[in-house]
Amino acid sequence: MTLARQDVAKVAKLARLALSTEELDRMTAELSQIVGFVAQLEPLDTAAVAPLAHPLETQNVFRDDVPAPSLTTAQALQAAPRHDGECFLVPAVLGESGAA
Amino acid sequence: MTTQPVMPEPYVTVIGLEVHVQLQTQTKLFCGCSTRFGAPPNTQVCPVCLGLPGSLPVMNRAAFGLAMKAALALNCRIAAFTKWDRKNYFYPDLPKGYQISQYDLPFSADGWLEVADPKGAFARKVGIVRVHLEEDAGKSMHDEAVGTADSRIDLNRAGTPLCEIVTQPDLRSPQEARAWLNELKLLLVYLGVSDCNMQEGSLRVDANVNLHVPCPDGRIAKTPIVEIKNMNSFRSVERALAYEAARQYDEWQATKAELGKIPKQTRGWDDPAGVTRAQRHKEESSDYRYFPDPDLVPVTVSDAQVADVRAAMGEPPAVLRQALAERWRITAYDAEVLVNQGRELVAYYEDVATRVADGKVASNWLQQDVLRTLNERGGMIDTFAIRPEALADLIGRVQKGDFDTSRGREIFAEVLASGRSVADVVASLGIAAVGDDELVALCRELIAENPKIVADVQGGKEQAAAGLIGQAKKKNPNVNPGKVRQMCLDLIRGR
Ligand SMILES: [Zn+2]
Repeated sequence: MTLARQDVAKVAKLARLALSTEELDRMTAELSQIVGFVAQLEPLDTAAVAPLAHPLETQNVFRDDVPAPSLTTAQALQAAPRHDGECFLVPAVLGESGAA
Repeated sequence: MTTQPVMPEPYVTVIGLEVHVQLQTQTKLFCGCSTRFGAPPNTQVCPVCLGLPGSLPVMNRAAFGLAMKAALALNCRIAAFTKWDRKNYFYPDLPKGYQISQYDLPFSADGWLEVADPKGAFARKVGIVRVHLEEDAGKSMHDEAVGTADSRIDLNRAGTPLCEIVTQPDLRSPQEARAWLNELKLLLVYLGVSDCNMQEGSLRVDANVNLHVPCPDGRIAKTPIVEIKNMNSFRSVERALAYEAARQYDEWQATKAELGKIPKQTRGWDDPAGVTRAQRHKEESSDYRYFPDPDLVPVTVSDAQVADVRAAMGEPPAVLRQALAERWRITAYDAEVLVNQGRELVAYYEDVATRVADGKVASNWLQQDVLRTLNERGGMIDTFAIRPEALADLIGRVQKGDFDTSRGREIFAEVLASGRSVADVVASLGIAAVGDDELVALCRELIAENPKIVADVQGGKEQAAAGLIGQAKKKNPNVNPGKVRQMCLDLIRGR
């Protein structure tokens, strides 16, 4: 199992990682190894095995719809590289929100 | 906006909708922060919804319950097993770098909601592909006027529970899409699932649209699908779809480009300009690199739980329309008008109808007087000054024949203006019920003064008696025209 260099380049782009040519080569080799390791499972017949959604057996963990205290704005903003006391400041975003 | 052509379009418009509604909870989907609208920026945030390291999300039970209610009302199948996934993308309003959403195992799928055909000819069932539960992102603001290079991020909204409702491409016109959205909104508001307030972002709509164009060789060509965003009202949805259909047809004629030949395009609706404009390319779904969120355990739902939610759901509008028409013997149209005003108005109506034991009369007063007043002055039925018992009192007096409907209307207006009781207004306007003796005396007077009319009636022209009524009203404004007419006819015939 080997990954194409362009697959790795695409994944890097999606992860917003700017990889140099050398890094891309190294990542392609290393990621191929990891995928290859997992690919050992391919020959197994899993037709009768239910997909695993979560490693824990626990299910149905809920909380009640009861408000809890939030942080103060100052606390919320304190670790931000830049803020104006009210909002987080980031480089201009002019495109569409990616929210869906 | 282009005007609708008189000739039918040489294509079929195919529309599917993707609707996000905010669920009416006190707190966010995975933390205890308030979901109240309009708070100062970043005052309703905590480590969970800020995505700070070490924090863990825990599912809001009420949000899941409301989502289930919505799905059942949309006739969806509820999955026995569901889980949440991370949808990965980078955007400053998404603090974790992923949105907690549902990918391959949404909690519900395969439903439908009927929409009445705008022309009233038939009802169309619009298929629902799926309904799933996910969190909202925050809000980014960029004030170009200030000229700074920064965007400001408010994360109050981040983590707010949303239901995403995806329809099949079953809608066939912009008008139908708008009508369907109205029905969806009415349903969700009725069930208390969402307030569906578009101004506050509680309901957002994206639309997918393309055209099916019959070709000379008999083949149906399909134009590339375009997703339209940024529509801020149902009216905008209708306008944007109409614009987009016309635009796609022009483009089809120029390029003959078909579905699959070019990537799916996203276009934003510019409401003031009345046009759609191309936006960034939509990422393919695999680009979101969904994977199960290890922070959240799966949820299972039993048949008994589904039955409980269904039992507690209340009548959806479509059922209520029919029930109201049958219960009060009013027309389907009247039932529709009343139900479309919301649950509170229906409760008001039924209260009045019960008190006066006449659904039709109550419906007339509701539509002609109460709704007209609300439309003119604004305001909600809950705070309407004339309460059901007062309106029933007034209608009861008209039914007894104390005065006629037009006099009743004047009293209605006076009660509304003065805030006094119906009895008070009736007394102060000198509207005393006209007694039988008084009525007989008045009618005798009229007959004596109008020999020509009496002769006409005796000659078989009963309608001539109408001429007496205006005169009767002048003598005593409180008389009931129907009673005057009957009494005069009786007296003339009795001669
Ligand atoms: Zn929070």
